[in-house]
Parts: sequence; structure tokens; C-alpha cells
Amino acid sequence: MNEIVDREEIAPDTWRYVVRAPEIARRREAGQFVVLRVYDRGERFPLTVVDSDPDEGTIELIFQAVGTSTRMLAQMHEGDQILDLVGPLGRPTHIDKFGRCVVMGGGYGMAPVIPIARALKAAGNEIVGINGARSADQVILTERMEEICDRVEICTDDGSAGHKGFVTDVLQQMIEDGEQIDFVLAIGPTPMMRAVAELTRPHAIKTVVSLNPIMVDGTGMCGGCRVEVAGETKFACIEGPEFDAHEVDFDMLMKRQQMYSDMEGEARRMFKPHSTPLGKEEHPGCHCCEEDDNER
Amino acid sequence: MSGKKSEGKQSMPELAPEERIHSFDEVPLGYTPEMAVAEAKRCLQCKRPLCVEGCPVFVQIPEFIQLIAERKFTEAARMIKQTNAFPAICGRVCPQETQCEIKCVLGKRGEPIAIGRLERFAADWELQHNEVEPPERPEATGHSVAVVGSGPGGMAAAADLAMWGHDVTIYELFHAAGGVLRYGIPRFRLPREILDAELDYLTKLGVMLRTNFVVGQTATIDDLLEEHDAVFVATGAGLPRFLEIPGENMLGVYSANEFLTRVNLMRADRFPDYHTPVHCGANVIVIGGGNVAMDAARTARRLGSENVTVLYRRTRKEMPAREEEIEHAEQEGVQMHFLASPIEIEGDEEGWARSITCQQMELGEPDESGRRSPVPIEGETFTIEADTVIVAIGSHAHPLVPETTPDLEVSHRGYVAIDDTGATSKDGVFAGGDIVTGAATVIEAMGAGRRAAESIHRYLTDEDPPNGMSRSD
Repeated sequence: MNEIVDREEIAPDTWRYVVRAPEIARRREAGQFVVLRVYDRGERFPLTVVDSDPDEGTIELIFQAVGTSTRMLAQMHEGDQILDLVGPLGRPTHIDKFGRCVVMGGGYGMAPVIPIARALKAAGNEIVGINGARSADQVILTERMEEICDRVEICTDDGSAGHKGFVTDVLQQMIEDGEQIDFVLAIGPTPMMRAVAELTRPHAIKTVVSLNPIMVDGTGMCGGCRVEVAGETKFACIEGPEFDAHEVDFDMLMKRQQMYSDMEGEARRMFKPHSTPLGKEEHPGCHCCEEDDNER
Repeated sequence: MSGKKSEGKQSMPELAPEERIHSFDEVPLGYTPEMAVAEAKRCLQCKRPLCVEGCPVFVQIPEFIQLIAERKFTEAARMIKQTNAFPAICGRVCPQETQCEIKCVLGKRGEPIAIGRLERFAADWELQHNEVEPPERPEATGHSVAVVGSGPGGMAAAADLAMWGHDVTIYELFHAAGGVLRYGIPRFRLPREILDAELDYLTKLGVMLRTNFVVGQTATIDDLLEEHDAVFVATGAGLPRFLEIPGENMLGVYSANEFLTRVNLMRADRFPDYHTPVHCGANVIVIGGGNVAMDAARTARRLGSENVTVLYRRTRKEMPAREEEIEHAEQEGVQMHFLASPIEIEGDEEGWARSITCQQMELGEPDESGRRSPVPIEGETFTIEADTVIVAIGSHAHPLVPETTPDLEVSHRGYVAIDDTGATSKDGVFAGGDIVTGAATVIEAMGAGRRAAESIHRYLTDEDPPNGMSRSD
């Protein structure tokens, strides 16, 4: 179960995993996510499913190794099994024929954009992709975007690839140029999604964002993922993760995402990278490994 | 404490309150064999035992108590297991004082027999002496049943169905089984070794367990019906309710479900050894008067919070929590603030909760539950410090199964509708427990599970089960 059949570092600290999960592969639709746990003392954390192959019974995950759990996941090897993998979770994206759609991703936020872009394309929309990252080596999934989209704009903060600037700068230019835009999908860091929402709001362009609040179970049981949308409390795990960007209280979302930032630092200090695959005998992040290290 | 027949029941030793708040060890320590025998000998062995009528699963109470009196402890456990596969759990978490013990004749003049403590004693004895043996299973019927949810309702149904020769698979969304017994009830009330042992008993009965499987997402009820001949839906009332007051989404405000799941299932009490964190400040406010509120408050004390206050909008008399839980909470330094109804949570610039403002209430006329209902005293409010707020005011029906099963009828507020036999509107699909009734007790869910198991057996075989709960018919 949950065997890693392929893995590849597609950008610094950004990994693409193909995992055997036939039941999830069969059911999963664009916009849905899974919850993983990689170690018996580990956290449960969500990742969007980028793609799935029902015939092969596999799903594709792309993640950035930034926190304790994702760094542990990044250390696993081909053939290893992910301890717990559950899904698909969340509501699938509402796909419609909107007309001309702009799909934009910031950093590894590009990954969850892919399946939605593909579904929008299949529904007969014209797709413009905006693929943004900090610098050239962090621009991911360009080929796949080019396959799906009618046009792809690339931008980097430092100008090392494509336009110099943020994804919002590219979108703003498109709006100023009077390009027809019927629908915008933006996925990335919360400040980026908020900036997109503020940009499209005055033009009344329908804009959808995929939120990533803190989750525990991912099935509506805990309410940790609650967000305010149009003044109402919603559980992102079962009522989202996608919402109308113009109705989301981004300020609250950003604050809630910081709820454990002080403690996460503490957990990270406990984490020691391992050079060998993560097996049952190893407990990265716990005291036993530290003792081992001290002995050496 | 002598072994003489007396009006009072044998008291049970408990961990001292000052020791309790530094650990998650179980609080009631259980009877010694001598205490158990002395207590068992108080039983009058009524010919028409009223206690059994009070038990949702009709445990053969006088019979097992007689066996304890004869020092046949393992036999006593097996006697209980004829009607209740999980005595070590029920002996701990059942509200015996409102079920079996309240009916005890001895209670009229003195104290009733301590049925729960004796049940726990017999079950623990069997476990500790490695004498747990699964009963012999009949020949396989060839029928297969899916049980959705591994909480008390699902566990009870699965045990019966397996004993009657059916193939049973339990589907559980979490990575570990037990439902509310795993994520909700703290280990100081139900040690995890006990839960694991009772789940192990289920596996010994041949029950298969699929964790990380969300029915309604990973597969629908219709998908399950392609592989199984019947489905029992026991998903519980999992969706936490909030107060819908301003400030409720501030940082530091939890549902009791989340707070308890972080600690019980994810072991946030051992952060950072375990990676899931929890915030538990110096001033913790728990809102609600039920067992879940007591569990959350007592957990907060154990996480090191100095001031833990339970806010309840009625008075102590109306609290739905068990008396024992309220007493334990008070012994552990949990403060109770009655006639208080939260109206707003105030926070700081970073979004953290800092205080809570409440409306002062008074008791008015009795409501439909028979309890006097709280009425606001106009203009009287007060504000108290709060850096962690835990909302324990119940839950809504979990929507995933009803939403993805179009031909499954729901009753009020999204709960699954069933007939007297536990059957839903959908052929082959049965339901029971909190997803039908709304939040109730562990043993009520087990009772519902057993009744549904009987109906499922009849549905599959057209016959009565060999040892069903005949008295419920």
C-alpha cells in the first residue's frame, strides 16, 4: 500500500512523487487533496493530488520540503511505503465553460493548478497560464503547462526567467491591455492569492482560490481548517478547499496559518536529516536518533 | 473497608488529584479481587433483575456478579461477553448510575451494587491474566458486511456479525480504529492498552479493519454494496458545533473535537517527540456542561494550564456530564462558572484570543428536555481572561455519507432516518448510533449497533440470530 513508485526533485527542495493508491486514483477529481502521515509520531498534513492514473492505480503529488513532515517525506525512497495516505478529500473543482480562463500558480502552487487547468481545457475553455516563481530554478511544470494551455506566461521575482515581477504584475498587464478574462484561478502563498483577489475585484472577474489552512483529519471532524467566506464560517476540508476569492477573509486565514509557527520551529530543531531511506528502524525527529548521533 | 455486607458500596481507589494532573494515567484504579468479591456478595440476586432492563445491551448482570462472588473472575468476563463484547470499555465509560445501577433494588435504601466497577474488574482480570479467548465461530455464512466507522456502534455490530459467521470489514477514516474512544475519550478515562485489547478481540473474531478509508470519498455506499451484501453506517456525529459568536475563529479557539484529537490521537501532550502541536494557555475556558467538556478541561489541566474554567449556561444540577466526571474535574482544580453564556471572544492584534465576554443567565421555565432553561438577565455581562477557548457544545450530523448516497433518507438536521429495525430507506443499508440519534453515550451506540446487527443477520439469512438481544424485540 502507498508505495512510492517514482520520485524526482523537480526544483530545489521541490519533489514530485508518484504513489500507488488505486482507490484514490479511481475516485479523485481535479481540486481534491489527500492527507498523509509519514511516521508513527508524525503529523497529518494535506497535499493536493496533481494527477492520477486510474489504470496504473497511481497518484502524483508535488510538494516542497519545508516543514518537518514534508522534509521527512522528501527523504523517502522509491519502493518505500507512505505510512498513512487517505483521500481523495475535499470537493472537486466546479468546472464549467467560462470562456477565457487565466490559471496562475505561485511557486509550487503551480502543481495544484495543473489538474484544474486540464479540466477547464477539457470543458472547452481557452486557457492562459501564468507560472511564477522566485527565480528560474524554481519555475516548475512549464512543459505540462504548455501542453494544456493556449498560452503560458512565465515570471520570476528576480527576472532570471520570463517577465521580471510577480504573477499579479502579469495579470494586471493583461487586464490593462484589455484582454478578455472570464475566469481566474489562483493557487499559491496566501498573500499572492489575496493580491490576485484585490486585482480582479474591481473588474468583477470571477476568481477562485484554493485555500490551505491547517488541518488535522481533513474530513470535517475537527474544524481546525475553518475559514471565513462571505462572513460565514466554512470548513475548508469538506466545503472547500476552493472558494470565491472575493469572499475569503484572507487576513484571518493568514493569522490562523501562523497558529503553530513558534512551535513548528521547535519541531524542526528536533529533526535530523537521514542519509538512508526512511525505514521502520529509524525514527527521525525523536530522541532515539539524537542519542545515536551522539554516540557516533 | 471490610468485606461485610453493608449498605454502602465498596469504594474504588483513585489516583490522588495532585498526581493526576502530571500524567495521563487512569484515575480510578480498579477493585482488588477482595473488594470485588465483597461488592459482588452484596448483590441480592433478584429473580427478576431490574438492572438488566436498564442496560442497553442486556448484560446478564446477576449471573456475572454471582461468578465474581464465587471468585470465577474469567468466567464472569465471558458471561458479560455473551451480550457485550467490550466490558473493559463499558465498565469504564458507561453511565451506570442512570442505566443499570439506578434500577438496583439495593439503591432504594442504600447504595446500589457497583455494577460498572465489577464489570471493569472482571474484564481487566481476564485481560491481565491473558485469558481472553475468542468464542468459537460458526461456519462461515458466505455473507459479507461493511461497517462504516470503527467507534462503539461499529465495534458492537461487527462483533455480533462476526460471531454469527459473517465476513465483516470495518472502514475507518482515521489511521487508527476506535472512533470517539480513540480521538475523543482521554486515556485517563480509557487507557489505550484497554482500547487496543478490545480491538484486538475484534480481530480475533475475524473482523477485518480498513483504516484511512473515508466512506463518501474513498468509496461511496453504493461502491461498498458491490463488494458487500449489507452496510451498517455508524459514522457518528462528527461535525463539531460552534457558538456562532464574534471572535470564534480567533487563534486559540478550538472545537473540543480538535483539541482532544490533537492530544488523544496525535499525542500533542508529547510534542515535540510527537510532531502535532496544541496550544494550551494559562487561562483556558471550556464551554459546555457535558462529558466532552469535562474531558477537555481535565486534559487542559494535564497539559499544564493553571486556570481552567468550565462555562455552562445552566447550573450544576442541569449539567449533562456524569457526576463522577464533574467530581473528578473539580478535584483536579477545574473551576465551574455557571449561568454564563458566551457572547463574544476578544483578541489581540495578531488574532489570538485574550478574553471572553459572557451574558449572565438565570434559570427560567423547564424546556422540552425537562431541565430549567437559561434566560438572560438583561444588561448583565462580564468578561474573563481566556487565551485558549475550547467549544464543547455538541456536534452536527456528519454530512459525507448522506451527501454521497442520494437514496438515503435523512430525518431532522441531516441525521440518517431508520425504522424500528435499524434499516434505512436504502435496501441493504442499516444505520445506528450518533449518526441517527445525535450525540449520545458509548453504550447507546453499542446497543444500536447490536440491534442493527440482528436486523442485518435477518436480512441476510431470513433467520433470527443464535443469541440476539431477544428482549429488545
